[in-house]
Amino acid sequence: MFRSHVLICGGTGCTSSGSLKIYEKLQEEIDKNGLSKEVQVVKTGCFGLCANGPIMIVYPEGTFYSMVNVEDIPEIVSEHLLKGRIVTRLVYQETVEENGIKSLNETDFYKKQHRVALRNCGVINPENIDEYIGRDGYQALGKVLTEMTPEEVIQCILDSGLRGRGGGGFPTGRKWQLARNIVPNADQKYVCCNADEGDPGAFMDRSVLEGDPHVVLEAMAIAGYAIGANQGYIYVRAEYPIAVQRLEIAIKQAREYGLLGKNIFGTDFSFDIGLRLGAGAFVCGEETALMTSIEGNRGEPRPRPPFPAEKGLFQKPTILNNVETYANIPQIILKGAEWFASMGTEKSKGTKVFALGGKINNTGLVEIPMGTTLRTVIEEIGGGIPNGKKFKAAQTGGPSGGCIPAEHMDIAIDYDNLIAIGSMMGSGGLIVMDEDNCMVDIAKFFLEFTVDESCGKCTPCRIGTKRMYEILDKITKGKATLEDLDRLEELCYHVKANSLCGLGQTAPNPVLSTLRYFRDEYIAHIVEKRCPAGVCKDLLSYEIQADKCKGCTACARVCPAGAISGSVKNPHTIDKSKCLKCGACIEKCRFGAIIKK
Amino acid sequence: MENVTIKINGVETTVPAGTTILEAAHMANIEIPTLCFMKDINAIGACRICMVEANEGRGSRLVASCVYPVSPNMEVFTNTPRVLETRKRTLELMLSTHDRNCLSCVRSGNCELQKLAKDLGVEDAGIYDGVSNHYEIDDSAAHMTRDNNKCILCRRCVAACGVTQTIGVIGANERGFKTYIGSAFDMGLGETSCVSCGQCIAVCPTGALAEKDSTAEVLAAIADPSKHVIVQTAPAVRAGLGECFGYPIGTDVEGKMAAALRRLGFDKVFDTDFGADLTIMEEGTEFIERLQNGGKLPMITSCSPGWIKFCEHYYPDMIDNLSSCKSPQQMFGAIAKSYYAEKMGIDPKDMVVVSVMPCTAKKFEIGRDDQAANGVPDVDIALTTRELGRMIQRAGINFQALPDEEFDLPLGLSSGAGVIFGATGGVMEAALRTVVEVLENKELPSLDFHEVRGLDGIKEATYNVAGTEVKLAVASGLSNARALLDKVNAGEADYHFIEIMGCPGGCINGGGQPQVSPAERNFGDYRAKRASVLYNNDAAKAVRKSHENAGIKELYDTYLEKPGSHKAHQLLHTSYVKRSIN
Amino acid sequence: MKSLEELKAIRDKMQNQVNLRDEDTTATRVVVGMATCGIAAGARPVLTAFSDLVQQKGMKNVVVTQTGCVGLCQYEPIVEIIEPGKEKVTYIKMTAEKAAEVFEQHIVRGQVKSEYTISSALK
Repeated sequence: MFRSHVLICGGTGCTSSGSLKIYEKLQEEIDKNGLSKEVQVVKTGCFGLCANGPIMIVYPEGTFYSMVNVEDIPEIVSEHLLKGRIVTRLVYQETVEENGIKSLNETDFYKKQHRVALRNCGVINPENIDEYIGRDGYQALGKVLTEMTPEEVIQCILDSGLRGRGGGGFPTGRKWQLARNIVPNADQKYVCCNADEGDPGAFMDRSVLEGDPHVVLEAMAIAGYAIGANQGYIYVRAEYPIAVQRLEIAIKQAREYGLLGKNIFGTDFSFDIGLRLGAGAFVCGEETALMTSIEGNRGEPRPRPPFPAEKGLFQKPTILNNVETYANIPQIILKGAEWFASMGTEKSKGTKVFALGGKINNTGLVEIPMGTTLRTVIEEIGGGIPNGKKFKAAQTGGPSGGCIPAEHMDIAIDYDNLIAIGSMMGSGGLIVMDEDNCMVDIAKFFLEFTVDESCGKCTPCRIGTKRMYEILDKITKGKATLEDLDRLEELCYHVKANSLCGLGQTAPNPVLSTLRYFRDEYIAHIVEKRCPAGVCKDLLSYEIQADKCKGCTACARVCPAGAISGSVKNPHTIDKSKCLKCGACIEKCRFGAIIKK
Repeated sequence: MENVTIKINGVETTVPAGTTILEAAHMANIEIPTLCFMKDINAIGACRICMVEANEGRGSRLVASCVYPVSPNMEVFTNTPRVLETRKRTLELMLSTHDRNCLSCVRSGNCELQKLAKDLGVEDAGIYDGVSNHYEIDDSAAHMTRDNNKCILCRRCVAACGVTQTIGVIGANERGFKTYIGSAFDMGLGETSCVSCGQCIAVCPTGALAEKDSTAEVLAAIADPSKHVIVQTAPAVRAGLGECFGYPIGTDVEGKMAAALRRLGFDKVFDTDFGADLTIMEEGTEFIERLQNGGKLPMITSCSPGWIKFCEHYYPDMIDNLSSCKSPQQMFGAIAKSYYAEKMGIDPKDMVVVSVMPCTAKKFEIGRDDQAANGVPDVDIALTTRELGRMIQRAGINFQALPDEEFDLPLGLSSGAGVIFGATGGVMEAALRTVVEVLENKELPSLDFHEVRGLDGIKEATYNVAGTEVKLAVASGLSNARALLDKVNAGEADYHFIEIMGCPGGCINGGGQPQVSPAERNFGDYRAKRASVLYNNDAAKAVRKSHENAGIKELYDTYLEKPGSHKAHQLLHTSYVKRSIN
Repeated sequence: MKSLEELKAIRDKMQNQVNLRDEDTTATRVVVGMATCGIAAGARPVLTAFSDLVQQKGMKNVVVTQTGCVGLCQYEPIVEIIEPGKEKVTYIKMTAEKAAEVFEQHIVRGQVKSEYTISSALK
């Protein structure tokens, strides 16, 4: 029996900052101190506070060490693990209080969170099925197979109000119901998991797969029972090697335990799962493209209808849910639909995981009840904007979403509210922008992404997004006219209404939402040839303020273009026709004499 | 199947459930424009030209009519300002990446994109111009070129290659704005196991795909006084050429074609049907020989060079099943440069044999090994039906006003059996007319073998010939050929004789025939109409059996001795090679 | 092939282990002094005894943890049992055997084992 558990994050973020070395060193030191029978070291999935990695947490105290180095390990072992004295200087500073150290759960970052999908992430060893079982794992599958009819399972999911966490927000129970009933006597059905997480900045699915892979397997088996399928596929990005490896281990363990395979729990229900690796095309997150890819073809979407519930993978009835959606299922089965439905808003139940990024102090993963305001997420959980800058907008929904301006900061986050203000839930990327972000530039960034990721099958998306990007590029270079702006808007609506799949249909959203809330910035670029945020390089000019310039010549010496001239001890000037706007002179000037505007 | 009642442009119409809006509109006499759509073969909803407004009770929205099924009480609008504007804008986006040098384009005048631009009222084709991709023209194949600067990525060629023909040597490369159609690893088409069938060209809506044009070579030969230039025309050409001059599909223009060729300046105007009759003599004899002496069975016809190349690449173990007979085109050339040359006292080196074919694989075939019986190529230049149409137009010949003229003698003589070669089952029927009479040594009461006629992809029949049950099969289109051969290889069928044509429906739908409109291709019966030309032509002929063709009889009597003779083998038979799959 | 019963057995066994990682503020906390003085006086077997017992008996809501020197070195090993809403009870001069008694009486049955408490020693 171990009296203490030391959890080390083995997620992608912490692994890349060296957590595996720390893991080894810790084992070594524990052995050296004779604690190997008392202290267990567990490699877990992601804790969420990725920016502070490598992360280590000591239970039962719940002491949270952040940014740990290998050199710190002997001290932590001899002081904390052996003598019970917390090494305060290495503890996550948010948890340090005057009269001691508070638990991580008491920090602002965690206090307002509510972990359902992420409940095991950072808690269990994802490579040990017993630990998952110890946290009630596979109990829901057992309950479903021995106590519930498929119809009851579907009813439970329907009653819970769970909606797809991958972006669209389609009611999960409804999807299952269709797949169960739409084709009577189908000879084969499939359950698929969309683990092709592709939104820039979103990584909650990766975290679940790395931290709690069994929850996905269990949920897929439950789904298989509900719709009458005996085969599942997880389509996971090849760029997630740790997730792939943990899934492989998990599938193997589940098969060994008979939790996947033939006659699970001695019932006549059989179910198995295969992994399919995606090559990282964003469009393969679209359900029909994903299935086309699993079938072995070029990942391109197909027209709908027919919907996958009728003709999906290999033309058989298929359900596809994303990782986070599945991560909720076993809890709903065990704790009941009412429990789940008690969280959230009227039409959006439960919790949602967001990946906080951009201009925010606490970047990382957070899981909040639906209906939490954007302000709470940004100011309390996220710790606000760094450097005292002003909040300008939050981007949700990735390249399919939109920007939410300050005026909507008190909106309760749920599917319908976000749609109403021109954004969308998406898979949960939440990128915060401050006054230094140019909204035209942001729109251009997202459009560049969709242009790059368009599969090229349908005309509006293939060519329309490219032309939109070209107009945006013109705007940021100060070369556009108001006519171009009209054309851009026309194209937005055209691409939205005419594209074959969700990628194209939502690609214009970042442009439309910035046009809606920040049209003045577009106008400033076009009419005044000015970038209000000072981002668009072509619209900036550098000037030396003669009264502040001491004539030290430092700027002239550093200028790569030879654009600065002036004699020693006399104010210098910049030749704008030669200036590359690289900013080297500003960095060099010790007198703050150079400004960009 | 149950029916569904919907309203199209306010008018009620009842169609079977599962029908697409496009089909329902067609039934209601409304043609919705399409580009990417090919019925049953390419229903991918990619081009977005066929958008209509549909309301299923939740408000009107734009849907792609080619793939969107009707639902009860659906209201469809096919010509609202929103629909027309949206189609136009999609087309304008397409045009912004399209090489718009229409004046010098082979498809100018019958380009689907050009027609759409006119129909939809595009005023400024360059309104969305921006960055464009520039592609090298792929001219690595013997028979065709690909100019991706004119490609609109409808992928009809990909479907024709991959689905209709199960070849699949072309597909989409790269993605997004950089997407283009090409072969794996950017191989040139000529390096792949393309079979040269040209079905991709036949379905291309623009000038991106075209046969390699040999018309200038032909004109130069005609203009060269030292050359004796003769022309032969395949059976199916007379059934398709009229379409180039405004005739309805299914018009027989044999007489006007002969007249036009004469006016183009050919020294003699002959008929490949003569070669077809000759083929029956040789192939029929080979079949009887194999049947009676335990030769390799089933014997498979070898008239279609696309099929031959397919067999060499994809079924190399079956090349012994192929008849060793050259195709009618090549037999004709070999005889022209021997028998006819001797008769006329012309050195074969001073002869130019031009063929007009419904086929692009013929351009490949003339360059094959073992196709030069007289030390010079049997055939020098192979043109497609489309190329001939262009030559006639260029020469200013008023085709419709031409008198009907006859082919020249002696190589213009043919039987009805030779004519029907151009339709699937025709070779089999022609062979039966001769083989049965030879084996049973009596005249057939009826010359019509209905079991092997028609457009079914695979046809089977069994005839009792002189006491032997002879099992026959006919396949056209390479997907059907594949299915049939797999059946044979699996031991599920034991045919004696198989006819295979590379193109679905046979030569009348060859890759060198005039392109038809999308509505005709998807909903019309152009193949049946063209085939009827050949069967009518056959029925009207006094001589309908190859062995009764007087020209053929004279050829054997005075030159070849008998079918399968040493001389016949030397001139009229060939060999095949095993090829790999790329 | 695992039956439902086997699954439950694994869960029950593992639950006691992984529950260590739950931070439940309503839990009873057993705090063992583990500074140099405590360890020297024999705190380690006491600590392991408590944590083993809690896990063996599957006690939910009990957390065994350690602390540094509380300043009463002569009474080490010292164990504090803190139940939510109740006065803290401090046991002194603990051994593994005494730990078992305290566990049985205090933690399982809820009665303070008063003969080992600091208050009885100071009386």
